[in-house]
Amino acid sequence: MVNGNPIIEGFVEAIELIITLDPQVVEITIRSLYVSLTATFFAALIALPIGALIYFYEFRGKHAVVSTLQTLYALPTVIVGLVIFLLLSNVGPFGFLRFLYTPGGMVVAQTVLIIPLLMGLTVSALSGIDRDKRYTITALGASRLQTVMTIIAEARFAVMAGVLLGFGRAIAEVGTVMIVGGNIRGATRVLTTAIALNTSMANYSLSIALGIILLGVALGVNIALSLVQQR
Amino acid sequence: MARRSWMPLLGIMVVMLASCAMTVTAQEAAEPGVLRIATTTSLYDTGLLDELELMYEETSDVDVQITAQGTGQSLDTARRGDVDLVLVHSPSLEQEFIDEGYGINERCFAYNNYIIVGPESDPAGIANMTPDEAFQAIYNAGTNETEGVAFASRGDDSGTHTREQEIWEAAGYNYTTDIRDSGAWYLESGSGMGETLTLANQREAYTLSDIGTYLALQDQLNLVQLVTGGDELLNRYSAISVNPEMAEGVNIDEANNFTDWLTSDETKDYIGNFGAEEFGQPLFTPLYPPECTEPPFNCTCAEPVTA
Repeated sequence: MVNGNPIIEGFVEAIELIITLDPQVVEITIRSLYVSLTATFFAALIALPIGALIYFYEFRGKHAVVSTLQTLYALPTVIVGLVIFLLLSNVGPFGFLRFLYTPGGMVVAQTVLIIPLLMGLTVSALSGIDRDKRYTITALGASRLQTVMTIIAEARFAVMAGVLLGFGRAIAEVGTVMIVGGNIRGATRVLTTAIALNTSMANYSLSIALGIILLGVALGVNIALSLVQQR
Repeated sequence: MARRSWMPLLGIMVVMLASCAMTVTAQEAAEPGVLRIATTTSLYDTGLLDELELMYEETSDVDVQITAQGTGQSLDTARRGDVDLVLVHSPSLEQEFIDEGYGINERCFAYNNYIIVGPESDPAGIANMTPDEAFQAIYNAGTNETEGVAFASRGDDSGTHTREQEIWEAAGYNYTTDIRDSGAWYLESGSGMGETLTLANQREAYTLSDIGTYLALQDQLNLVQLVTGGDELLNRYSAISVNPEMAEGVNIDEANNFTDWLTSDETKDYIGNFGAEEFGQPLFTPLYPPECTEPPFNCTCAEPVTA
């Protein structure tokens, strides 16, 4: 257990675990992807339209709303975890859903976590469209709806980049899934919580294997992001 | 991002990494005045160690640093020489640790008992059974998918998890093949006693807990004590120093001083009263000779290690 170099041995075993598609590693990876992709989907469904509304409508306190959203980019994951835990627990208002310690509960928590990020980035993405371009569109005689549609079409890659960033934040976080999911083996254990547990149990090779996969996912997101941004 | 803008950032990171590396080297040498202890979450969650730490720091200049992990993790931390002393509660894992040569100067100091707790409705009907029978009843009800029967396991190689596995084995099951993966009724939380009790409470599941953590959290739990008797549920706590010949940088002198202080009559008196006021009953029973040298304890509890 302690003989030899745990880091090198861990790496060798980790590569083996990945190449042989160890069932435990595969299962945890799939669950992680499932939870975070679902959360990103729901968050986008909610955040993109609201982000667009915030951008297109002038209202009092708009600046404050945007600043608040930007502050919430850094929303601490454990605080989201705590709040969702209290809401979903048996004594909480949504306890009847029996969502605590289920993947569904984790999806809710991650959705809440990344909504501010997606909203804020949608606003910035739309703001990023050149003001001159807006005037040109209007000057060419576009109706209000046509203007809105054209600007959204122009900003789609920047919005997409925001969604990818949101997914990256969701899959890499450990705070909410630990508290709301409970890290139950075969039910709610995901990449990040499995790494935390196996490191403390001195199963370094499994931790390293899961870490490599998590980094791989992050790298994939980054590559997708730069492809999108090059457009 | 502009190419130049990340250069200072890179510089800062290099400096930070370098200072980290320096700190690590500095810590390799035994620091006089610092005693690093790894302990079990079940001992830590009761609040006893916070009190003992304060008391000990009043009597000496030593800075006591406690990290709470499962017993298995604590022993691994000790094997790497990252702590000087462990306070643990798994006789089988302790013996392994000592036999390997890592553990020396072991002293037992107190005990309490494990309890099987569960929802008041007791859907598997285990109240007042022996621990073996209770586990069999839970297994049968769980694998038959009886409505509302679940068992929450620590699943983290801790002392409590080890004891749970021993009871499954004693009840006639192979833990790896019969219990794990035998259905949705068996939940492995992979976390500490407090979190596992919370999980059991939310899911209305049974679980094996030490009495101390259960009483400390009782206000927030709807779980009741269902099985409390039997030698299998005895829970002995020991202090073991890390052998300085097996791991570098171990502060064996401070570890031994602490062990002597912990096994002194005065400290044991305090441990024996701890929690009585708050929970209506003390959480631990201190061990004195000759009781501790006899079955079921079979350990040394009074002789100073620095004699």
